[in-house]
Amino acid sequence: MSDLNRTALYDLHLEFGAKMVPFAGWEMPVQYAAGVMKEHLHTRAAAGLFDVSHMGQVILRGAGAAEALERLVPVDVVSLPEGRQRYAMFTTDEGGIIDDLMVANKGDHLLLVVNAARAEVDLAHLREHLPEVEIEHITGRALIALQGPKAEDALAALNPAAREMRFMDVAEMELAGATCWVSRSGYTGEDGYEISVPNTMGPRLARALLENSDVHPIGLGARDSLRLEAGLCLYGSDIDETTSPIEAGLRWAIQKVRRAGGDREGGFPGAERILRELDQRPARKRVGLLPEGRAPMRAHVPLFAAEDADAPVGEITSGAFGPSIERPMSMGYLPADLAAEGTTVWGEVRGKRLPATVAALPFHTPSYKR
Amino acid sequence: MKYTEEHEWLDEADGIVTVGITAHAAEQLGDIVFVELPEVGADVAKDDEIVVIESVKAASDILAPIDGEIVEVNEAIVEDPAKVNEDPEGAAWFFKIKASDTNQMADYMDEAAYKVFIG
Repeated sequence: MSDLNRTALYDLHLEFGAKMVPFAGWEMPVQYAAGVMKEHLHTRAAAGLFDVSHMGQVILRGAGAAEALERLVPVDVVSLPEGRQRYAMFTTDEGGIIDDLMVANKGDHLLLVVNAARAEVDLAHLREHLPEVEIEHITGRALIALQGPKAEDALAALNPAAREMRFMDVAEMELAGATCWVSRSGYTGEDGYEISVPNTMGPRLARALLENSDVHPIGLGARDSLRLEAGLCLYGSDIDETTSPIEAGLRWAIQKVRRAGGDREGGFPGAERILRELDQRPARKRVGLLPEGRAPMRAHVPLFAAEDADAPVGEITSGAFGPSIERPMSMGYLPADLAAEGTTVWGEVRGKRLPATVAALPFHTPSYKR
Repeated sequence: MKYTEEHEWLDEADGIVTVGITAHAAEQLGDIVFVELPEVGADVAKDDEIVVIESVKAASDILAPIDGEIVEVNEAIVEDPAKVNEDPEGAAWFFKIKASDTNQMADYMDEAAYKVFIG
């Protein structure tokens, strides 16, 4: 795997017994000795430390950066207060999704965090459409997520300012001798932080956190089961260039000011379809699904309206076993008229039709510090 | 005890072969969350896919190591798949097969050879 990128924490992962795998062009820990299940459960019980340095960090500078970014996302960036962060998505001309991301207002610049697999696409998209904005791809910083009920105590031990942050705040603070950019957010459904730290200081910060017996290193395997239990989308699986934000259940991320009748209505790619779907319901919807048996229903399992139906009506886009809910769990798309909670549909797994029930998301209730 | 290249162990007694997966295989798979076993009474041929094992992240198959008839399956691991990680070479056996031809086992590895195989 020598042609893969390595993060600043690579050696630390090996030291902690990580099993490394290729992911989006990076060599990343999928698990440590504890295993996916224990790492998942530990994060919900205490605190997990995740290396997410493979994700893209991008800075947009310039007085009109927020207005400019609004040309690419159906989100209110202009009135995002300094010190706050918001979920957004780059949309295509057809109303699909190029990537989902976080946007933070850091005062004199915006900080974007994008998916590793889409970083190059996103940068090209920004450069093409925002020629007047200074766009900097930050490659000298690692990104560490600290998630779980003990995350606040663990981070406050390094800097008490961590306690003052509430969900979706961003701040700069000194941690283990480094100037860090911190957000109170994450991808697990737990309270926690994402911390951008210079590469050279990354291992020292990670070690300082891991010295706390409540904090364990967690791999990408558990990161996926955690986010799926929390009902969060994975780009490339649950959302992609064919799914609109409305089909994907992300209308909450589109503030009123960008919707029909708002002061800055539309003005982003795919506005025609997205505004239409906001008004009339979309043809299909992303739903949670709970298989009734023990067998997981994984991505690409076709879904049928009846046990003996000929043609599938939808498909699973993510599926795994949920360690906290102790049963398999999936997300997928169904026609709107089959998307009501409690509807039974049939997934074809290894040639057999198995029942699954449409279920509300999240499967596991989030605990954000609001 | 014999071992296959697919990391199954075979324990033969009076023509009945008990089959499971090795500790090495269980560790490679990670936390097992689902096991589907063959039907008792089924006639199987060598290399038929007869067991499905799913870990948190992925599904795997176990192939029939020999021709024969399934005479017993271990319901305990269907009820509690985690047992496969706890005791793969003991209590978490998968199935017992009445061998059509015990000579089919001759090609498989003994313990020493398996240890070399897994490195």
